Amino acid sequence: MRKLTAFAAGLLFGLGLLLAGMANPAKVLGFLDLAGAWDPSLALVMVGGIGAALLPFAWARRHERSLLGAPMQLPRKRELDRRLIVGSLVFGVGWGIAGICPGPALAILLTGQWQVLLFVLAMVAGMLLYSALERRRTH
Amino acid sequence: MTIDWTNFTPWSALAGGLLIGIAAGSFVLFNGRIAGISGLLGSLLEPGSEGRGEKALFLLGLLVAPLFWLLSGSLPEVEFQTGWPGLVAAGLLVGIGTRYGAGCTSGHGVCGMARLSPRSLVAVLCFMASGFATVFVLRHLLGG
Repeated sequence: MRKLTAFAAGLLFGLGLLLAGMANPAKVLGFLDLAGAWDPSLALVMVGGIGAALLPFAWARRHERSLLGAPMQLPRKRELDRRLIVGSLVFGVGWGIAGICPGPALAILLTGQWQVLLFVLAMVAGMLLYSALERRRTH
Repeated sequence: MTIDWTNFTPWSALAGGLLIGIAAGSFVLFNGRIAGISGLLGSLLEPGSEGRGEKALFLLGLLVAPLFWLLSGSLPEVEFQTGWPGLVAAGLLVGIGTRYGAGCTSGHGVCGMARLSPRSLVAVLCFMASGFATVFVLRHLLGG
């Protein structure tokens, strides 16, 4: 059952990204371009997304187990460390260059455009590089 | 600041956002997990991580979304404005940055904000600020 809900949630997430316009890099860059002709649409995507997720997460914070009995795995970290800040700043630079982030990239991967294939390959390489650096750090 | 009214799509943006929020809400209610795409993908890339089946199935649903979308009509517009060097640089920065920062627009931007996490608020402010700054530099300082 949990496999089915995982698939359904991913599918719904992808359809939401496509409907919202998040999967169109030109639109994302229009949102990030405050000094040009600014398209505020994506602010409303966040409003809708956070709004709809507020109650489920309020429930999740008060429970040890999910509705299907899975352990509730919410992040426990609290500290605002340098990794969080520098990592997020670096992510934003990449987002600003191409107008695409991980979710939308996967949601349009099967359209087969070479641009998204190249972006996802580079993104996976970046993640593997992170894993390799982390292994060196901890060993 | 001028608003680009011709491209402003408030209703589809809001409706798409609601779907994203409902999806993230369902994932935590039923599976007890955060719908953070960089975290799910990054964890699948690490051998021996837990919950691989559920994580992979969530990402599979995300991947096949355009195929389901085609049942109802043609795909929405996807227009890239970046050449290959920019795409490679962007992919690398997004891959490394989201792993160090422990999240992206989904994990921090939707899930983290919805659970009122101070860490996620800081992350969102950081990637928004550098995203705005990057577009400003590329379009208005260098692009002229």
